[in-house]
Amino acid sequence: MKEIKHALILDNQLIADNIYKMTLEADGIAREAKAGQFVNLYCKGEAKLLPRPISICEIDKDRGRITLVYGVVGQGTKEFSTLKAGEKIEVLGPLGNGFKIDESKAKNIIVGGGIGTPPLVELVKQLKGEKEVYLGFRSQSILLEAFKVYGANVHVATEDGSEGFKGNVLELLKKNNAKGEIIYSCGPKPMLKAIAAWAKENEIAMQVSLEERMACGIGACVGCVCKIKEKDELDWQHKKVCKDGPVFWSDEVVWDD
Amino acid sequence: MIKEKHNLKVNIAGVELKNPVTTASGTFGSGREYGEFVDLNQLGAVTVKGVSSTPWKGNPAPRIAETYGGMLNSVGLQNPGVEEFIKNDIPFLRQYDTKIIVNVAGKSVSEYCEVVERLSHADIDLIELNISCPNVKEGGVTFGTDVKMAHKVTKEVKRYAKQPLIVKLSPNVTDITEIARAVVDGGADGISLINTLLGMAIDIHKRKPILANTVGGFSGPAVKPVALRMVYQVARAVSVPIIGMGGISTGEDAIEFILAGATAVAVGTANFRNPRATIDVLEGIKEYMVRYGIQSLDEIRGMI
Ligand SMILES: Cc1cc2nc3c(=O)[nH]c(=O)nc-3n(C[C@H](O)[C@H](O)[C@H](O)COP(=O)(O)OP(=O)(O)OC[C@H]3O[C@@H](n4cnc5c(N)ncnc54)[C@H](O)[C@@H]3O)c2cc1C
Ligand SMILES: Cc1cc2nc3c(=O)[nH]c(=O)nc-3n(C[C@H](O)[C@H](O)[C@H](O)COP(=O)(O)O)c2cc1C
Ligand code: FES
Repeated sequence: MKEIKHALILDNQLIADNIYKMTLEADGIAREAKAGQFVNLYCKGEAKLLPRPISICEIDKDRGRITLVYGVVGQGTKEFSTLKAGEKIEVLGPLGNGFKIDESKAKNIIVGGGIGTPPLVELVKQLKGEKEVYLGFRSQSILLEAFKVYGANVHVATEDGSEGFKGNVLELLKKNNAKGEIIYSCGPKPMLKAIAAWAKENEIAMQVSLEERMACGIGACVGCVCKIKEKDELDWQHKKVCKDGPVFWSDEVVWDD
Repeated sequence: MIKEKHNLKVNIAGVELKNPVTTASGTFGSGREYGEFVDLNQLGAVTVKGVSSTPWKGNPAPRIAETYGGMLNSVGLQNPGVEEFIKNDIPFLRQYDTKIIVNVAGKSVSEYCEVVERLSHADIDLIELNISCPNVKEGGVTFGTDVKMAHKVTKEVKRYAKQPLIVKLSPNVTDITEIARAVVDGGADGISLINTLLGMAIDIHKRKPILANTVGGFSGPAVKPVALRMVYQVARAVSVPIIGMGGISTGEDAIEFILAGATAVAVGTANFRNPRATIDVLEGIKEYMVRYGIQSLDEIRGMI
């Protein structure tokens, strides 16, 4: 039987303004996890009732550990940020389907936006071939070193120009005349939508990791849906981000909002 | 381990449940997902997600918002339709030694009848008529908040139902006992309550409602006092069995509902926080029975 685990927190540190990196001892999760999957983190008590879905940033199968990188945006993530090494946290996972790694592709483009960047680290670690990583942030970058360690070429765009290219990540892709056989992406929906349009124009297959508000995280409540095409824009179904995703092919998604 | 000397069986309109714990419709799918966390054989019944005559797409996302001690949902009864349900989910559930309660959704009296007629030939144990969903424009709660409509839809549907008919009531009414009497008058063999309360949450940074549908159904521990009060009132107003629900997450919660007059209890939103909530509730009920030397829940049902 599956169950929520009480995982030991090995480390929980501020790595940038309002962004924390948490390392958990979670043997079972580490053993099964794939790049692009997520876990449910639970708050204490019942006031904050629902699990918080957080992507797995890195998997250490040998030592039975996972790392998570999360932004403090509300009550739940605030509670997580106060936890100390040695304490435990309730965690369930791995959940969802990860990226479908296509090993036949020699040139990979990886596009991350803001707090959507973390799951791409494990992906880049596992990808073979050339890895061009494009990251967009409002002003402060995260995880650049992690990508470099795994052999990626990292290109950064910030909206205010405080680091790297001034502008958004799509403008940077265009400016660099980026070329690749496949794109893997995670970030805010408007960014994914724009990159998906660019990928389509350039005839590059693209996988996107979507986000939606969740209740169960395991496919039971039908809370977390996105529109996925059956045939075209008008013929679509509501699919579950938690169970059918979070990763989808960009040309399956109806990008209407 | 507690010795199972005591009797947990309950009877709902002639259908015997091995224990009083079922699931609240829409929170447990058809049991597949939570069946990986709990042994479905241990549940008195599984109450499945609402089914309609044809597939429904439901409402746009976001459909979920957390509120203090509870949540809002505006799923809007997304489901693959009664045919798919019968084909895929009944055979799955029949592998387990548990009763099947099917929640029925409709946009009109004739749609409710159509689904119930279809289900009457299917291998299920009980029908739960959902006239109380706040998330669909037509049908749903418009039937559940009007005494005449509630009576009418129950009476019509009853003609097609071969299994006992439970009618699920909405708490979004001034006098719940009026509606309860109306559906019993219409032929309901049992009543379940409460469905969700109509609620709302606003994102103050975006200055927009969190739910795409603006409003949604409020559930979870925070609604328990309201649910309990309504079960108490309905238990005094009618004599059919009641499935009580609304914020139940422990055995103690369940005992409160039974003391107020519920025959069985359903666990809903609590599953999202604790995938083993159904079993924890069941174990909690057993512990209470042992502690107070209760042989059968009949001894305490409706004592208050
Ligand atoms: C598949 C998936 C993977 C994610 N991975 C990460 C990650 O790696 N790092 C990270 O920082 N964030 C990630 N998020 C977003 C993260 O879940 C939210 O930031 C977090 O739930 C906010 O919780 P809170 O209590 O701090 O905020 P509050 O606003 O107080 O939360 C209230 C409720 O809204 C939900 N909620 C709020 N914002 C979001 C959101 N953006 N997406 C989904 N639910 C939300 C919460 O889960 C909670 O139920 C991911 C979301 C999804 C769906
Ligand atoms: C996500 C979600 C979906 C629901 N779907 C249905 C449904 O399809 N039919 C129905 O009758 N009630 C539905 N409900 C209401 C529950 O069955 C239950 O009546 C209510 O949530 C109160 O119980 P709880 O507080 O234990 O969740 C739903 C509730 C939630 C949270
Ligand atoms: S969160 Fe419940 S189905 Fe996805």
